[in-house]
Amino acid sequence: MTRKRIWIAFALILVGVALCAGLIAPHDPYETNAALIRLAPCRAYPFGTDQLGRCVFSRVLYGARTTLSAAFFLIAISFVIGCMIGMLCGYFGGIADGILMRIANLFLALPQMVIAIVIAGILGGGLSGALIALGATMWVHFAYQARSHTYMIKQQAYITAARLSGKSSLYICLYHILPNLLLPLATNALTQIGSTIIAISGMSFLGIGVEVPKPEWGAMISEARAYLQLAPWCVLFPALAIILTVITFNELGDLLMEKEA
Amino acid sequence: MTLLALTFVVFGLMYLAPGDPAEKRLLSQGIAVTREMLTAERERLGLFRPFLTRFGEWLFAVLRGDLGVSFKDDLPVLPKLLAALQNTAILAGASLALSLLVAFPLSILCAYRKGRLSDHVIGLFSFLGNSLPSFLLSVLLMYFLCIRIDLFPVIATGDFSGLILPVLSLAIPMTGRFIRLFRAELLLQLSMEYVTGLRNRGLKERYIIRNILHNALGHLLVLIGLQIGSLFSGSVVIETIFRWPGIGKLVMDAITARDYPVIQGFVLLIGAIYLLINQLTDVVMKKLDPRIEVRYD
Repeated sequence: MTRKRIWIAFALILVGVALCAGLIAPHDPYETNAALIRLAPCRAYPFGTDQLGRCVFSRVLYGARTTLSAAFFLIAISFVIGCMIGMLCGYFGGIADGILMRIANLFLALPQMVIAIVIAGILGGGLSGALIALGATMWVHFAYQARSHTYMIKQQAYITAARLSGKSSLYICLYHILPNLLLPLATNALTQIGSTIIAISGMSFLGIGVEVPKPEWGAMISEARAYLQLAPWCVLFPALAIILTVITFNELGDLLMEKEA
Repeated sequence: MTLLALTFVVFGLMYLAPGDPAEKRLLSQGIAVTREMLTAERERLGLFRPFLTRFGEWLFAVLRGDLGVSFKDDLPVLPKLLAALQNTAILAGASLALSLLVAFPLSILCAYRKGRLSDHVIGLFSFLGNSLPSFLLSVLLMYFLCIRIDLFPVIATGDFSGLILPVLSLAIPMTGRFIRLFRAELLLQLSMEYVTGLRNRGLKERYIIRNILHNALGHLLVLIGLQIGSLFSGSVVIETIFRWPGIGKLVMDAITARDYPVIQGFVLLIGAIYLLINQLTDVVMKKLDPRIEVRYD
C-alpha cells in the first residue's frame, strides 16, 4: 500500500512539474548566452548549461512538458479511436470486422517501432510525424482488446435483455458495453505510458521526433552527445529524467496489472 | 498477403510524402542544381510516372527476385540489404546469445529463491534494465566506459572491441525483460502439482529442475520469439548511434536521402523475416511440446 502511494505521489509530482514548468524554471529554456557556455552545475544553473549556454535545468523541466503531453495525447487519441472501432466491430461483426482484423494483422506483422521509424522518417521530421507514426500502430492494440472484450460482454444475459426491451444497438453499445470496456482498456493504456515515453524520446534522439530547439529529453541527449566529454551533465540530467519517469510509470502499470490479476 | 498490403502502404506514403529523391541526389553530389537537371533526373528515376504503374512494376520485379537499384548510387538494392543484414545478424545474434546466457541461470536462481535477498537484488537489476531504453544505455555506457575509464573506442570498428558496447546496449534491457518473464514462467511451473508429486517421491532436485525446464521450454521459446521485434527496433537505433554498418543504419541513411527502393526493400525484408520467425517459433514449439495443439483448441 505504501509502495503504491509513493509511486502515485511520484507520478503526480512529474505531471505537476510538467504543468508548472513555466513557474519552476529559473531561466528561459530557449535563451542562449555566449558567455555561459558549458557551465558546470552551480547555484544559478543547478544542472549546468549546454553548448549554447542554455539552462539545462529549465530545459529538463520543459522537456517533461513536451514528452509527457505528447505521450498522454498519443495514448488518449489511440485509446478513443481503438476503443470505438474495436467495440463497433466486436458488436456488429461482419465485413467491417473482417477488414479491421486484416488491418490489425497488417500492423502487427512488423515490429511496432520499426514501422514507426520508417513512417516518421518518410513523413519527414516533426513531433506530429512521430506521433502519427506511433499512433498508426498503437490504436490497433486497443482495438484488438476492445473487440475481444465486446465479444465476451455481448454474450451476457443483460445484453439480450436490453435488446429484447427494444433498446437500439447504439444505446446498448454506449450504455452497456462501453462502461464495461473502460476499466480493462484504461489499465492497458496506463501500462503503455512508460514505453510510449521511451518511443517518443528515442525517436527524438534519432532526429525524427521534435524539432531541435524545442526542449525534449531525447533530443537534448542526442545534441549533447557530441560534447559528452566536455559537459557530461548535459547528457546525464535528461537521462536521469527519462529513467525516473519511465520507472515511475512502469511501476504504476505493474501495480495496476497486479490488482487486475 | 500481409506483406503485399504493407509494402503498398509504405509505397503510398512515400508517394505522398514531401521530399524529392532527385533533388537530394543532385545536392549530395555538390553541384549547383538547375531546374532542367532536376527534371531530367526525376525523369530518369521514373518519378513522373503514375503511382500504380510504379507499384506494379516494382511488384513484378520483386517476384523475379529483383528489388531494383538504389536512387542514391545506382547499386542494386538486394545485395546491399543482404550485406547489411549480415552485420545486423552478428550484432543481434550476439546480444540475444549474451542475454539468454545471463538471464537463464539468473531466472532459475530467482525462481528457486523467491522472496529471498538474491531474488530481490536480481529483480531490482532486471527492473532497472527493463526501464532503460537502449539508446539511453548506449550513451551512458559510452560515458562511463569510454570517457571515464577509457576502455573502448567510441565508434564501432569492425573488430571485436567495437562490438562490445553495441551488444551490451542491446543485451542489458533484453536481459532485464527475459529475467522477469522467465522467472514468472518458472514460478508457474514450480507451483504445479507434478512438482509436489516429484518432491514427495523423494527425487533429487536436479532431476526436478530438468522436468520443469522441459515443460517450460516451449513457453520460454515463445517469449524469446516475441522479443525479436524489439530486438530489430533496438538494432535500428543502436546501429545509428554506433555507426555499425547494419540494416538499421542503412535504412536511416536511406530515409534521409529519400532512397525509396532501399526503404521499400527494407520493409519487405524485415516483414518477411519477422513472419518467418513467428512461424518458426510455432513449429518448434509444437515439436517440443506436442500437447500444445490440444491445449489451444
